[in-house]
Parts: sequence; C-alpha cells; structure tokens
Amino acid sequence: MDNKENKSKQKLANDGLAEHEKALFCDARPQTYKPLGKYVEKFLNWARANSLWILGYGTGCGAIELRPLMTARFDMFRWGLAPRPTPRQAGVFVIGGYMSVKTLKRVIRSYEQMQGPKFVIALGSCTINGGMYWDSYNTINRLDHYLPVDIYITGCMPRPEALIAGFNKLKELIKDNKTDGQNEYANNFDWYKANQKKIVKDWNMPDYNW
Amino acid sequence: MDGLIIKIIYAFISLSVATIWGLLLGGIAMKVVARAHGRFGPPVWQPILDIIKNNARRTSISHGIMYFLGPVFRMAGGMGTFLFIPFIFGSTVFGNFSFAGDLFLVMYFIFFGQLGMALGAGESGHPYSAIGVARGLSQMTAFELPFALSIISLVIQYGTLNITEIVAAQQGGILNWTLITNPLATIAALISLQGMNMHNPFSVVIAPQEIPIGPPTEYHSNFLGLLQTNRGLFNIAKLALFMNLYFGGATNLAVMILKTFLLYMITIIIGASFPRFRTEQSIRFFLGVPTILGILAVIIVAYL
Repeated sequence: MDNKENKSKQKLANDGLAEHEKALFCDARPQTYKPLGKYVEKFLNWARANSLWILGYGTGCGAIELRPLMTARFDMFRWGLAPRPTPRQAGVFVIGGYMSVKTLKRVIRSYEQMQGPKFVIALGSCTINGGMYWDSYNTINRLDHYLPVDIYITGCMPRPEALIAGFNKLKELIKDNKTDGQNEYANNFDWYKANQKKIVKDWNMPDYNW
Repeated sequence: MDGLIIKIIYAFISLSVATIWGLLLGGIAMKVVARAHGRFGPPVWQPILDIIKNNARRTSISHGIMYFLGPVFRMAGGMGTFLFIPFIFGSTVFGNFSFAGDLFLVMYFIFFGQLGMALGAGESGHPYSAIGVARGLSQMTAFELPFALSIISLVIQYGTLNITEIVAAQQGGILNWTLITNPLATIAALISLQGMNMHNPFSVVIAPQEIPIGPPTEYHSNFLGLLQTNRGLFNIAKLALFMNLYFGGATNLAVMILKTFLLYMITIIIGASFPRFRTEQSIRFFLGVPTILGILAVIIVAYL
C-alpha cells in the first residue's frame, strides 16, 4: 500500500519531449478514484449506463459498421447512445477494427484525454488476436495489452446488431459496477506504458496526455 | 428579511420548474426530429440523464480562469434572462422579479451569456471553438436586429418597458394579443427566435457533423453539465419572453406549458424540414426580409 501511494506521487519522466517542451506539459501520473457511497454510485452508474457518448475511432474497416447505427434501421439513440466528436466529452471509446502502429499512438492520446469513468469497446477479431492481420508487420495483435478493454465484439466484421448487443452488455456491466477501466489503467500504468512504448518508436508526446 | 427568504425560495422553485420543463422540451425536440427521420429516438428524459452523467464524471481539467468562468457566465445569463421575465402572469411563485425597464435588462442578458461563453471557449484554445464563436457572434448580431426593431415597435405601441405591463395590456382575449394588434413585429421577432434557438437552418454555430460542436468543444464533465442545464433554462426563458411579449402571456401553469410547447414546435418543425444555412447566408437572410418587416412595424406603429 505504501509503495502504491509513493508511486502515485512520482513524477513522469516525459523522456520523449524536447527539453524546452517539458515545462509545457503535465508530468503527473493518473490517479485511482475511490467509488462514492454504495447507493450514490449505484444511481450514478445507472445514469452512466443510460447515457453513453461514443468516440468512434475509425482505425480500420470496422468504422463502416458504426455508421448504420445512427440510421433509422438501427437507431442507437433509443438506448441513450450518441456520437460525440471530441474525446473530452465522450465516455465510450469504440476501436473500429485493426490497429496499426501509427494509429495506436493517436488512440492512446485520445484515450488519455477522455474523462473518467471511461470504457473501451473493441470491434472485430483483429483487436482480439490480430484476425486476418495477425502476421502483419504493421498492426498490433492484442489491444488489451495497450488499453484496458471492457467489451470485445468478435466478427470480421461484426454486424451492427452485434455492436448493439455489445453496447447493451457494456450497460449491464456498468450497472453492476463490474467495469472500471480508468482505475485499471491507473493501477497498471507502468505496464501499459512499457507495452505501448515497445510498439510506438517515435514517442514525441508526454507520457500521460491529459 | 422573511420576505426576502420567501422570494428566494420562490425564485428557486420557478428556476427548477423552468429548467426541468426546458430540458424535457429538448427531449421532445429530439423525439420529433427522430420521428421525422423515421426513427424512435431517445427517451424524452435523455437530456436530464446526460446532465447527471456529466456531473458524475470523476475528473475535469481547467484551462484557466476564463475557461472556468465561461459556463458560469452562461448560467448567469440564462438565470438573469429568466428571473426578470414574469413566467406566469399574476402568480406569486412564478411571477419572478419584474420592474420598470426589465425588457432592456432581459435583452442585455440574452447577449451576456454568449459573450461570456465566447471568452471562455476562446481560452480553451481549440480552433473549432474559435470558429464556432466567430460564427455564433456574427449570426447573433444579425438576428438581434429584427428582434430589437420588433421590441422598439412594441415599446412604442404599449408605451412601457415593463414586461408585466405589456402582458397586462394583452389580457382579455386573443384579439388583444400582440400577434393580432401588431402582426409585423410578431413575425419579425418569430423569425429572429428561430435564429436564437439555433436549430436548423441556423444551427451553424454548433454545426453537428461539420465542426465538432463549436464553442463547447473543449468543455467536459461538470462544465458541460452546467452548460447543458443552462441550455434547458435559457431555452424556456426565451420562449417565456416571446410568449409574454407576443402571445398574451400565461395566467396558469397549463397555459404556459401549452404556449411554450407550441412556440417551440415551430422551431422544431422548421428545424426538421430545412437544411442548414452557412453563416453569410443566414446573416443575409436576417438582414433582408425580417429587418424590413421590423422597420415597417416601427413605422406603422409610430406614424399610422
């Protein structure tokens, strides 16, 4: 416990930044958050589950399956899902398919800019084990080595119905208080960072992007 | 002292009722637009859930003092607009604070929130915020003109700047409403109300699917919660103002709900049927026919 507390006070090195840029960025580590009282948290989780704002990140072919959700045929708004254009306001990060090395960097940045509690839905087989890109020189294979993933939706590509089922599963998890990606990320921050830096070679951003 | 405390309690009650009704109106708007698209749409209480969710976010980041004050100014603008409009004519609880010349103050408050928001959004440093602010302020200058002309016409017609007196002059049947006695001013003001409500075709400020949601791009968590709360309150404040000035006000809660609902339905139906104007198109639009109607309304009332 002591060790953990000391760790949370440590500063990040921000080695990727040039010396004159270091003062411009924050060097604090992500903090873990204790849940509020039992019933308060239950009420808030109910509200969170019924108002999911999506940051759709079209990394791969899965992005094309996100669009039909907005149309009259699938109508995701019925379940309180709504698209949001900015990571600051979004609560659910939908990774739309295979993740190349280049996009991983942007995804990390966007994920860290989202305000907690935040959730990640990974779409398609390629986020689970690489799928048809498993031996590609240019894509990562397992997404949950780099970000805490709450829901995987399999398929290549999954139909919009599968996506809706995934969102409803996520809602159940949130209501039961079974998912907390933000705290998981903060607790295992060093492990996630090490994995990410193994893949992203030109790390020219702060270690934790607020 | 007791009178003051009771006044504060009344103001709180009328603020809460107005905010909740305003948010539900927003939900109804989403529902109607969804039906026009052939969808079911979110439940009508979705805006309230969104506000709870946003206020329940665990983290929030400030970009500086002005960024912090932006939503506060916006909320002050919304509350200021609302509290000087008699929500229900002749009611002690919903009568709010009315005094001679409150019409000018209300017009100022409508502008005030947007200016505060512009400063706050400017400090967030996001380019989309700056674009949204530029579009919003230029569009606002344009639709303020027919609105101001229409108000001038009203002031000449009734000889007062007090909203309660204007409402009192319209009591006693539909023939006494400004809608009948001064139709040109009403039409000019109704067109400028469409601009104020910022639905289509005047939605270029928020511009969903074009620039990511305009000025509040960088606002999140409880900042956004405050902005959304204000959206409900400000909406109902504008509708109540128009109801009071042009449609005979309301003498009880049911009439108020009916009139604001119908007024808002005009905006929603126009919004669901028309595409979006670009900024310069909407400025040209407001400076054209609505302004001429406003000038005519002033001339007719003053000289005929």
